[in-house]
Amino acid sequence: MTAITPELVAAHQLTPEEYQRIVRLLGRPPTYTELGIFSVMWSEHCSYKSSRLHLKKLPTRGPHVLQGPGENAGVIDIGDGWAAAFKIESHNHPSFIEPFQGAATGVGGILRDIFTMGARPIAVMDSLRFGPLDDPRVGARNRRILEGVVSGIAHYGNCFGVPTVGGECVFEPCYNGNPLVNVFALGVFRQDRIFYARACGVGNAVVYVGAKTGRDGIHGASMASAEFSEESKQKRPNVQVGDPFMEKLLLEACLEAMETGAIVGIQDMGAAGLTCSTCEMGSRGGTGIEIELARVPQREAGMTPYEIMLSESQERMLLVVARGREEEVFRIFRKWGLDAVAVGEVTGDGLLRVKHHGEVVAEIPSRALADEAPVYDRPRTRPLRTAPTEGPAFASQNLKADLLRLLGSGDLCDKRWIWEQYDYMVRTNTVLGPGADAAVLRIKETATSLAMALDGNGRYCYLDPRQGARLAVAECCRNVSTVGALPVAATNCLNFGNPERPEIMAQLVEAIEGMGEACAFFETPITGGNVSLYNETLGEAIYPTPVLGVVGLMKTRPPVTPAFKAEGAHVMLVGGLGACTLTEFGSSQYAKVILGELWGLPPALDMDYEKRVQAAVREIVNAGLAESAHDVSDGGLAIALAESSLEGIGAEVDLPSDMRPEFLLFHEGPSRVLISTRQPGQLERIAARYGVEALRIGETKAGTLRIRQRGRVLVDCAIEQLREPWRLGLERLLKE
Amino acid sequence: MKFGVVVFPGSNCDHDAWWAITHNLGQTAEFIWHDSESLGNVDAVILPGGFSYGDYLRCGAIAKFSRIMRAVERFAREGGLVLGICNGFQILVEAGLLPGALIRNRSLKFICRQVVLRTETDQSPFTSQLSKGRLVRMPIAHGEGCYVADARTLEELEVEERVAFRYLDNPNGSMNDIAGILNAGRNVMGLMPHPERAADPLMGSVDGLLIFESMVAALSHAR
Repeated sequence: MTAITPELVAAHQLTPEEYQRIVRLLGRPPTYTELGIFSVMWSEHCSYKSSRLHLKKLPTRGPHVLQGPGENAGVIDIGDGWAAAFKIESHNHPSFIEPFQGAATGVGGILRDIFTMGARPIAVMDSLRFGPLDDPRVGARNRRILEGVVSGIAHYGNCFGVPTVGGECVFEPCYNGNPLVNVFALGVFRQDRIFYARACGVGNAVVYVGAKTGRDGIHGASMASAEFSEESKQKRPNVQVGDPFMEKLLLEACLEAMETGAIVGIQDMGAAGLTCSTCEMGSRGGTGIEIELARVPQREAGMTPYEIMLSESQERMLLVVARGREEEVFRIFRKWGLDAVAVGEVTGDGLLRVKHHGEVVAEIPSRALADEAPVYDRPRTRPLRTAPTEGPAFASQNLKADLLRLLGSGDLCDKRWIWEQYDYMVRTNTVLGPGADAAVLRIKETATSLAMALDGNGRYCYLDPRQGARLAVAECCRNVSTVGALPVAATNCLNFGNPERPEIMAQLVEAIEGMGEACAFFETPITGGNVSLYNETLGEAIYPTPVLGVVGLMKTRPPVTPAFKAEGAHVMLVGGLGACTLTEFGSSQYAKVILGELWGLPPALDMDYEKRVQAAVREIVNAGLAESAHDVSDGGLAIALAESSLEGIGAEVDLPSDMRPEFLLFHEGPSRVLISTRQPGQLERIAARYGVEALRIGETKAGTLRIRQRGRVLVDCAIEQLREPWRLGLERLLKE
Repeated sequence: MKFGVVVFPGSNCDHDAWWAITHNLGQTAEFIWHDSESLGNVDAVILPGGFSYGDYLRCGAIAKFSRIMRAVERFAREGGLVLGICNGFQILVEAGLLPGALIRNRSLKFICRQVVLRTETDQSPFTSQLSKGRLVRMPIAHGEGCYVADARTLEELEVEERVAFRYLDNPNGSMNDIAGILNAGRNVMGLMPHPERAADPLMGSVDGLLIFESMVAALSHAR
């Protein structure tokens, strides 16, 4: 018997107060195995103890929401009796320690969350943040991490057979020691086939399926709940190893087994493995679970109960099967060559009871683990920021050179090198894939398509977390609206530093509140998500980086893409030219890339105007009036015009404004969408009906992009010349 | 016509092939489990894309030992039409039903991309509805699609006009820009690009349908 010393408690990242709480809940000191169980279940990663209080401020209900937060994934009604399950999750810490496997198992984990609900995954997207690839000090490491993460995502998603259809990839020095890997997945199913992670029916069998349990990933959840230090590299064994082939078999076997009607509840074994799945299923079902660890299929000999309970070996599921119908389920798993073993049963006593060769090694009330974890109202001050309020005086020497430099910069250049490594078409539903404002997937069984986008902006949030989060919601909804879809629900991944620092806690709370306000306003309730804290290395926190995923609904039809299609179309700016001050310009890509600075505030946002712009754009696109449509965001109007021109048809535009040329071309004010059309009058009438500006700024023109301001030429550039830095930007940075 | 789509553990383009045949082509199709001994009464066989058995040893190397492959070999020997797409092509090569080998892409990376192919022969049951020289568009999605063969095999393929399709802009380093080949009997074709992903206007191309339509024409003719 291992003695429970204060040192052992501390090594489990439990505070003395938390330990006393455990003793109180049990009425006795915990065993070593129980201590391990509590430490993972009460880790930040599993218990949300720092964020839970504030997450309640997020809107979670809406007319399309069938299942909000609290299950493995949120579920929305997509019409015709069909539903979509989706969620985003982070795998930041493992991806830093071991990029390939860290990212791969991130994909594996979120896919299991989706098919656990009974849905077949049809799309994955990734939001990635790395340190700059050309960083003089750690550029080589950043490049290695990027390459590892991308090939890990490709390896897992491609083999599993789910298309990776979009996402974002951004570079900032604050991610040098702490890259972000956020993976979104979405699946579809019939509304009458939703499965829940609940252990119901006393006497029903608890069945373990999938890969065998090994010693990998023990304390992964706790690792994800601590800052990084020099010793973190030694935690490589805490990172799990993924097997996408096994997961593909598990998917097919689970979906087939669900058809039998014998499965009462199901949960995947992700973070905290067998521990989390047993106590959460019991807690949700209001029941207990008793398991015998000797029956758990094991990869290694001599594993202790502690190790078996805390292992995070991948590709495993826990099922509750109606008593007497086990064989129906076993037969299906045998067909797919997978282990399926009854390891215990549902009990009526509300306890998680773990036995090892008949001896009880842990006996804990399920609710104590899952629902009675400590909740902290951590102290907070003002959000951390050191950036100046006012910006430097500057004047562009050459606007065209600035544009070309921006197009070749890490954040704005072509990301083809990344997404061509992903199979973005498998399952033949991808109507609009990577490189567009939003991805569009058709649902073969209905006339509906789903649009989806991921957005987040660490720079904006660092300057003002509340406003940055609101802008992320606005942009994500705008992206979905730009392809013609109505945004109906959202999922969020909140990436922040150490919440025990009051200025970081303030960032988290401000961002959650801002996101809540905007999600309520844009009617996109949050149906689930993930919080990743302690994203710090050696005391240096990342920018606060809330990432939002929005899902929208539309009728299935050929896509409207960002590219101008033919000469002679009217180029229009729905939402108008916007406005900008020097203070707001400090958050722009121009300030970052050309000036190498960050100051001031994020762009201003009028949510009411934004919402009307989005509604107008949806109507324009769905009326078939748009030949092309492209959201104006990072890099501003000049970048949007350039991006729409890259396929060869450019434009000649003249902007009726007295703004400073640098602002006019590169400010990132929201609520603007660039559209080319043959019916400008009809488009104007729709815009007028929504009370939004629709400015005719010029015409499409083959081979060239010319931008004037009241007649004076600001930029005159052959498309070939635009394309070169944009296409080669990422590869150039990777070859540094 | 009834197409049989073989399902190996790890096949992941099986549903796509089935959908293209049943919904875009308007023929019937059924799945055939890898452990079956017989192909049943199908008129043609498709070995779909994916990662059979995880492709862990070498692409297609384990799938060739699965029980259904004995039936596929018999079917091919008797003149039945067998189309191997992507991983299916890799399996046909491993099984010795087609010559040569498919190795890692020159870039050593997985590539997913729309490509343009040139039809090299219309003298086959897979290409009769195309004309020689016709350009078609369909996607590739593979990590190991670089076709290699010894000089004599290549010579034979060229002389006998058994190169069915060639890449216009070689994406993976394949010898002679080869994207798809026929066996000597011209009833077995392996193709790295995905015709089933180019069978619906919503997916950006319907050129892949021409291959399936050619198969239907050949089968109708044989009846």
